[in-house]
Amino acid sequence: MQNKDWLKSNTYHHSDFWDLRKLVEEKQSRGLTISLCIPTLNEEKNIAKEVVLFRSELMERYPLLDEIAIIDSGSEDRTLEVAAEFGADTYLASDILPNLEPKRGKGENLWKAIYQLKGDIIVYVDADITNIHPRFVYGLIGPMIYRPEVGYVKAFYDRPLADSGVLRPSGGGRVTEILTRPLFSLFYPELTAVIQPLSGEYAVRREVLHSIPFPIGYGVETSHLIDLYNRFGMEVFAQTDLDKRVHRNQPTQALGRMAFGILQTFLRRAGDQEKLAIHSELNHYLKQFQVSKGAFEQIEHHIVEDERPPMDTIPEYRKKFGLD
Amino acid sequence: MKTDLSSGNHKDLHTILSGATGLAEQIKPLRQLVLANLIMLGEAPAPTFQEERRMQLLIDRFSEVGLQNVANDETSNVYGLLDGTEGNSNMLVSAHMDTVYPESADHTISVQPDLVTGAGVADNSLGLAVVASLPDILHKLNIRFKNNLILIGTSRSVGRGNSEGLRSFLNNNTLPIQTGICVEGVQLDRLSHASIGIIRGEILVRTPEELDWNGFGNTSAILTLNEIINKITDIPLPRRPRSSIILGQVRGGAAINKRATKARLGFEARSESAEIVAEIEQSLHDAVAEVAAKTGDNIEIDILSVRKPGGIPFSHPLVRTSRKLFEALQINPRYEPSTSDLAAFIDYNIPALTMGITMGSNLQMEDENINPTHIHIGVAKLISMLMAIDGGHCNAE
Repeated sequence: MQNKDWLKSNTYHHSDFWDLRKLVEEKQSRGLTISLCIPTLNEEKNIAKEVVLFRSELMERYPLLDEIAIIDSGSEDRTLEVAAEFGADTYLASDILPNLEPKRGKGENLWKAIYQLKGDIIVYVDADITNIHPRFVYGLIGPMIYRPEVGYVKAFYDRPLADSGVLRPSGGGRVTEILTRPLFSLFYPELTAVIQPLSGEYAVRREVLHSIPFPIGYGVETSHLIDLYNRFGMEVFAQTDLDKRVHRNQPTQALGRMAFGILQTFLRRAGDQEKLAIHSELNHYLKQFQVSKGAFEQIEHHIVEDERPPMDTIPEYRKKFGLD
Repeated sequence: MKTDLSSGNHKDLHTILSGATGLAEQIKPLRQLVLANLIMLGEAPAPTFQEERRMQLLIDRFSEVGLQNVANDETSNVYGLLDGTEGNSNMLVSAHMDTVYPESADHTISVQPDLVTGAGVADNSLGLAVVASLPDILHKLNIRFKNNLILIGTSRSVGRGNSEGLRSFLNNNTLPIQTGICVEGVQLDRLSHASIGIIRGEILVRTPEELDWNGFGNTSAILTLNEIINKITDIPLPRRPRSSIILGQVRGGAAINKRATKARLGFEARSESAEIVAEIEQSLHDAVAEVAAKTGDNIEIDILSVRKPGGIPFSHPLVRTSRKLFEALQINPRYEPSTSDLAAFIDYNIPALTMGITMGSNLQMEDENINPTHIHIGVAKLISMLMAIDGGHCNAE
């Protein structure tokens, strides 16, 4: 499929799904269950707003969600207590599948959510969105409810598609524009149609989700796109414009660490898929500089993009969901 | 105590009053509904005269919850009707949609278990959220009224709006309104049944850009404004009827080392007597004219809004019943003349009250906030009051 055609047929705006009553009817007629997962780490100041809004609007008013779950990496603040007080189900990632060797990272929470949550569709939404709105969920669920062939819906923001139909600059994040997009252009040109490949909000069907490995760190979104593209092609994807997203801005050095993790994930996949040949072991130390007392000081970050295997290879999961 | 509320029979005031605390407990789990509406409505900017975005959201919400005849009018009011079982009379519950915050202000609302912060959360996004949530809450609690309940989000209420939205609705409305309740986000203990006379405005001083060294004018608009302020403080005010002039806001100048060419004073004069308000207005005009003549500066007085004093007396059954209700809910009432939309009800001789929903602080500041843990008490107070009105316990003999 040409990028142009895919963009036209698989790109939505959240307002396409404004009729929530109809969306709920369609969901029910298809017998679908939907879970919302919010991965957290020290989000006590933000979490209440998301839980209040999603619970009130998308569980009680329009029963689109069947559960709202917080999967926490071990917050030192009151994230879990606050979330529970407002009616979310709360889990500590380390308590899920406790027999596995523990790992820490956002990807770990997302992966463990596949085991813990019950929905046929799982929607992931970050906890730090200050302008949170129900559209962040229904905009992503919409394409999946109406189109059974769509398995993975990604968010994008800031109205990159002008009314005139002319594509304006995407306004993707710095890592997207400087790293991911150039890499996709070189090795997976079709994936460049995904406007914001690193956005942390997406909805996925369980059968798609449990079949792919999960980097537990920065590379999780990149790996999803490459792995699913490799297996299903572009047809499995859709993307939805969710308008504006306001969130914390990351300092450039943090983005450097993010880029380092993503690059590891990317190179591993491109190597495995024989897109490029890597003849030496990769170094996992990122060196950055900071000025301290008037002098440059070098800081070394050890960043290894560890991965979890596809969930459907985990015996406990196979048992719980009757896959054997 | 859990009360059976489904009968629609609110004939016994004692039952309503003794059930108020139990009602609050029943509403407690529904606070999230109000908070969700507060976030959705409150994050849509609604400066006075630009309420359209909030208006559209309220139309959607009123339609979603099944109100009848949902409509908006040319002033951007939004209203809808909840049919009563008999429908012989109409109770009107209003909350103003507009806020003092400009479109450009950050309208993000932050929610924590005991603190909700954001532009306009108290004045009056919470009040509006309660009005928007009322049909759902009544439905979930299975409460029916025999009279119709008209819910309205009013436009053009604050500042220059001068309650134009509600006045326009009352002027064009064909349904007879028995009683009105203005819902404000804060404060929970306020009980307003009367409005004082108010004249609110701004005085703007402009001096020439180029200083005329030969002229007698002041060297600064701030100094000219200072002279006006001195004149205003000399205006005699009677102790009875109670009257006051508030000089609430001063702005002027561009930098500390530049002569100020513009200065602005925001004022509000209040009195229990309409005549005194008129006298103060005349004195203000005199002060401005005198200083302008003396300095040669350009001075304008801009009256933003004028409200007549009035309201129902303390002994009116509506006030009496509300006092009993406050007592039942263990709230010590604070009687406060209202400067809100109550004035519009007074102009149309409709008995009305202003009620607050919870406690809050820092109104009209960046960190305006409310305490959400009392919302259920404020909503119980409102619903109990409607039951009392519905049962005929608030009618003047």
